[in-house]
Amino acid sequence: MEKKVTVYSTPTCPFCIRVKQFLKENNIRFEDIDVSADSEKADEMIKKSGQMGVPVIEIEGDIVVGFDKDKIKESLGI
Amino acid sequence: MYDLIIIGAGPAGITASVYAARKRLNFLVITLDIGGQAAWSGDIENYTGYQFITGPDLASKFESHMRQYNFDMKENEEVLDIVRMDGYFKVKTHKSEYEAKAVIVASGKVSRELGVPGEKEFKHKGLSYCATCDGPLFNNKDVAVVGGGNSALDAALQMIRIARRVYMININPSLGGDTILREKVERDSKVTVLNNTRTTAILGDKMITGIKILRADKEDDLAVQGVFVEIGLIPNSGFAKGVEKNKYGEIIVNCRNETNIPGLFAAGDVTDVHEKQIVIAAGEGSKAALSAFKYLNQRR
Repeated sequence: MEKKVTVYSTPTCPFCIRVKQFLKENNIRFEDIDVSADSEKADEMIKKSGQMGVPVIEIEGDIVVGFDKDKIKESLGI
Repeated sequence: MYDLIIIGAGPAGITASVYAARKRLNFLVITLDIGGQAAWSGDIENYTGYQFITGPDLASKFESHMRQYNFDMKENEEVLDIVRMDGYFKVKTHKSEYEAKAVIVASGKVSRELGVPGEKEFKHKGLSYCATCDGPLFNNKDVAVVGGGNSALDAALQMIRIARRVYMININPSLGGDTILREKVERDSKVTVLNNTRTTAILGDKMITGIKILRADKEDDLAVQGVFVEIGLIPNSGFAKGVEKNKYGEIIVNCRNETNIPGLFAAGDVTDVHEKQIVIAAGEGSKAALSAFKYLNQRR
C-alpha cells in the first residue's frame, strides 16, 4: 500500500528542494506544505518534530528531520 | 583495498569522481552530503554553460552526472581521521574504516560555530545557520543575528520581512560588509544593532528563549526566540591531521594538488587555492584526480 508522505518546507531552502527532487525521482507521491505561507502548519511541524528546522518529512507518522536519505529510504521501504 | 578514496561530494569531489571513473580507477567516495556549498547557493550565473541555474539544480545535475558511473559511495558518513600507513592510507569514519593507495580531500567549508554553551543543544531548536531555510518559521518573533559581515547583513535583511524585531549582535565596533546592505539594515526601524557585543551563551528550555550577551564587561540576557549564526565559514580540514595547512586551516596544495604527504591530494574550498568558486573547485577536482591517477601509475 502506498504510504502517506508529507513534506514541510520553505520555498527558498535548498535541502527542501533536494528532498522533493529525490521523492519525485523515486516516484513517491507527497503533499507539499509551505510553512512560510501557513503559520498553523508551521506550528504543527514544530510540534510534531520538536524542532524548528526545515525540511521535515512525515512518512506514515514517522518523522524525518532534514534530507536524511538513509532514514527516508528506510521509512519508505525503498 | 581501493586505488583511491575521495572525501567529499561538492563540486570538487564530484568532478574528481567523474575523472577517476573515466580513468577506470577502483575508488570510494565518502561524504556527509551531496552538492556541498553549491547545493546551498541561491542563483548561479557564472558556471560555464548555464546562463542561470539554481544551486539545488546544479547540485542535482552534478549528482546525476556522477551516478552514471560505477563506484562505491558512503553517504551520511563523517571522516574522523586519515592514517598514513606503509604505502597506503587508512580512512576512519564514524561508522567504519577503509583503505586506499591514494586519497583526495575535497571536504569544502562549513559554517563557523560560535563555540558557546547551548549552541549544540539548541541547533534547530531556534538556532540556525541558514536564514534562507529556516527564517520563515520565525514569523512575528524576536530574533538575533550573530555576525557583522555580508552574510549576517543578508540574514538580517531576510528576517526584517518576517520577524517582529531583529537584533544584530556584532563583536566589532561597527558593522562590516557592503555599504549598500549595511545602510538598509541600519535604517530599518525593526533592527537594533549591538556593536562591541559578544554572544556568550544560548539560553532556553525546549526551544530557545534568549541569549547571553557581553558588552563593556556587563553581561545581559536578551529575550529572543530565534538565533541565526552568520560568522563565516571554516575549512573542513580538522580530520586531516598530519597535513600542512595555512593559518586559516586551509590545506596547502601545489599546482598539481599535491599536499606535503605523497599520495594525499586536496582540492577545492578546503585548500589554499586562490578564489573559492564553483567552477574553480570543479577544475581543481579534475586536476587532483588526474594527479592521483599519475601517482598510482608510477607506483605500479
